[in-house]
Amino acid sequence: MTAATASRLPAPLLALKNILGFLWRTPTSAFGLIVLGALILTAILAPVIATHDPYTQNLDNVLQAPGNGHLFGTDELGRDIFSRLVWGSRITLRIIFLVSIVVGPIGLLVGTTSGYIGGRFDTVMMRITDIFLSFPSLILSLAFVAALGPSLNNAIIAIGLTAWPPIARLARAETLTFRKADYIAAARLQGASALRIIVRSIMPMCLPSVLIRLTLNMATVILTAAGLGFLGLGAQPPLPEWGAMIATGRRYMIDSWWLVTFPGIAILSVSLAFNLLGDGLRDALDPRQMNRR
Amino acid sequence: MSITRRRLTHVAGQIATIAITLFGLLLLTFVIGRMMPADPVRAIVGEDASQETYQMVYERLGLDRPLWEQFLRYLGDVLTGDFGTSIRTGQPVIQDILHVMPATIELATFAIIIGATLGIALGVTAAVNKDRWPDHIVRVFSLFGHSMPIFWTGMIALLVFYARLGWVGGSGRMEQFYIGLVDERTGFLLIDSALAGEWDVFRSAVNHLILPAALLGYSSSAYITRMTRSFMLDQLGQEYMVTARVKGLSRRQTIWRHAFGNIRVQLVTIIALAYGGLLEGAVLIETVFAWPGFGQYLTNNLVTGDMNAVMTCVLIVGVIFIALNLLSDILYRLFDPRTK
Amino acid sequence: MDQPILDVRNLSVRYPGAAADAVRGVTFQLGRERLGIVGESGSGKSTVGRALLRLLPGATITADALRFQDLDLLALSEREMLKVRGRRMSMILQDPKFSLNPIQRVGHQVAETCLRHFRCSRAEAKARALEMLAAVRIRDPERVHDLYPHEISGGMGQRVMIAMMLLADPGLVIADEPTSALDVTVRLQVLNILDGLVRDRGIGLIMISHDLNLVRNFCDRVLIMYAGRVVEVLQAGAFDRARHPYTQGLLAAQPRIGGPRQPLAILDRRPEWKDEPLP
Repeated sequence: MTAATASRLPAPLLALKNILGFLWRTPTSAFGLIVLGALILTAILAPVIATHDPYTQNLDNVLQAPGNGHLFGTDELGRDIFSRLVWGSRITLRIIFLVSIVVGPIGLLVGTTSGYIGGRFDTVMMRITDIFLSFPSLILSLAFVAALGPSLNNAIIAIGLTAWPPIARLARAETLTFRKADYIAAARLQGASALRIIVRSIMPMCLPSVLIRLTLNMATVILTAAGLGFLGLGAQPPLPEWGAMIATGRRYMIDSWWLVTFPGIAILSVSLAFNLLGDGLRDALDPRQMNRR
Repeated sequence: MSITRRRLTHVAGQIATIAITLFGLLLLTFVIGRMMPADPVRAIVGEDASQETYQMVYERLGLDRPLWEQFLRYLGDVLTGDFGTSIRTGQPVIQDILHVMPATIELATFAIIIGATLGIALGVTAAVNKDRWPDHIVRVFSLFGHSMPIFWTGMIALLVFYARLGWVGGSGRMEQFYIGLVDERTGFLLIDSALAGEWDVFRSAVNHLILPAALLGYSSSAYITRMTRSFMLDQLGQEYMVTARVKGLSRRQTIWRHAFGNIRVQLVTIIALAYGGLLEGAVLIETVFAWPGFGQYLTNNLVTGDMNAVMTCVLIVGVIFIALNLLSDILYRLFDPRTK
Repeated sequence: MDQPILDVRNLSVRYPGAAADAVRGVTFQLGRERLGIVGESGSGKSTVGRALLRLLPGATITADALRFQDLDLLALSEREMLKVRGRRMSMILQDPKFSLNPIQRVGHQVAETCLRHFRCSRAEAKARALEMLAAVRIRDPERVHDLYPHEISGGMGQRVMIAMMLLADPGLVIADEPTSALDVTVRLQVLNILDGLVRDRGIGLIMISHDLNLVRNFCDRVLIMYAGRVVEVLQAGAFDRARHPYTQGLLAAQPRIGGPRQPLAILDRRPEWKDEPLP
């Protein structure tokens, strides 16, 4: 970036623009961006894109193969699968959005505070995260959903509860490295309070790795949510959640492959996209490759 | 401090950490169990029981006591090995679990063998050919393993390889008419059928094992591949690799005789962790393949709201995970001469 | 020098994607003597050593001649080079902390040279390893044989490396900064051991270093390298007659006990040294 091309955008926006540009140039993460973009667009424009109402049953038209105005066929109650898929993207987006909005900040806050303050608080928080980390996330989510009752919101809460500990752990590890830096000592000498140091100096430094991990974890969140849906513990019928669609379609799968194939491809694509994006972000934010930007 | 005293302190610290984690685990499962919407008393006495019966069972279950007292009672029960009775089967939960565990262990063990072999081979290949096309192919392959919804892949695989092609067995652990033919001695079908000399059953068992194990293995291989590649890359840049080449060893010899030895211990560690991760996949795969293991047991209990069973299952999973972590830590210390 | 062990003519090495050659037009011969190659970082001295062993993956090595005894090193296939490395030519690396495999016992690492190149049993290999450990003046070879690299000192580690690389009785040994990672007190000791072995066995030695004084006192002849080229060749005793300004600059930058108290001259690197015709 020469002085002549320096934009007048504020620094964070400029960084975002650079990162997006880098991601776009790499084919794999470009794919991730496209899929994610498609997901968001589909969710927003669902009423426009969907060809039918996702809840309307048509018992004369059950289990129709793709074609005849039904792009992906119809399910066992005659509902159009394509439209259900499209409206289901809203559910997926909601899950992603809510989980990341909650898990990111909480994990960051807990991790940085814990790492910076140390002492008893740190030990207690680490024990708590250890306990959560001693379960595979699906099983713990299962348990929570079972306890709270099967519903989409409870599934989101359950997933959120299992997703924050890894972020907290990561933030803490990063904080421990940064906390020894001279500029932190300087800030302390200037009289900055712990909170101010944490928020102003430490959190921004942890942000890249947390973002990367969050993106990568979103792939697992999608799969967990789909798994919960498949087990009947997530969104309840008739909500068009992709995992639940696979569960109900299973019975008719042998003769009506379209019932399960399309929802599965949707889940796979979104999960893949997040993995690719996460990998791309990792390359983009790797300090050793700063020159490439 | 002498070495032994330092070691003992360290071990004591580890035990304390584990004890605290276990305590937290118990607390968590207790809380979850108490939150469940299903009424455990009603589940025992049924819909038509009288108020007296209801009250009696209510008191017997200790539900009238304050929560902390209930928790202490729960702790006491757990420490004496009493995990409650399953509302669904009427048997002690721990007995149920011991009955279904072998099926899952059989599945998981085969899966980890497949996953580890695949993962290590691919990881080494990717590291040695860094940034060239084998590396990219391995990456894509791993990526799919990591991103696929395993229950969906399981269904599609069943559809293709069983329903359409007939290459493997279908759901369950063996063909329907073999069920009950072999005495359940260890619970491991392969061992039991071999012991009984029933080779048809053995073959059927293998036939049914191979698809779910392969899928689980594939999903766990993604993690193993990535870690192996990372470990291997670290070693490939080390000076002792140059020494080995100066001595006249070929590239392949240096990789397997020198570098691989240096990552062996780390690999064992991550394989142990991956084994724990398989429990997750097992829950979903067992549902798809109607595999009568721990995973299916758990989901059935969730559906029926069997509080005791769910709590205990979750507890067991937590304990297994902690044990695996501990095991990998011990193995690491045992085998790395530098930590001696 | 009747028949030189090593005959290098116009050696050039270029790394993949590099703008210029790392080594250009290097020419020298080596007999049963000790030849030093001195230069600063980036002068290409280590590259020359590795080029002789053809251990520069991806790099392009060209030369008019690269003969080692009866072998044309450039013409050999990789399979044939495997038989040369460790057996007829070997290299002592710089830092035993990193150049020894941390999870293998040192005795085994020494014995591996034997197992690789000779048809011997494990017992025979072990015997030869013990022999070599004694030859590098390790006092308790049996005990040291079973130790791990992190359990021995730097000096001992470097002696293990020497044992490993001289076991097969090579005709040429390249020592790449053999004492740079060692304590100053241990350096001379290790060099003496190397010296003794090289003399006794009539091995040709190339010693690569950035330490001019060390090389001057240890070697018979010295090549001074700068920016990938050999700028001067000097006999050990003839340093005061150095003609190239770079060599003179290097010499002037060495502090001397009893010398003048003025600040030492700073080496003034002239760009023409990169391109002027070779002497």
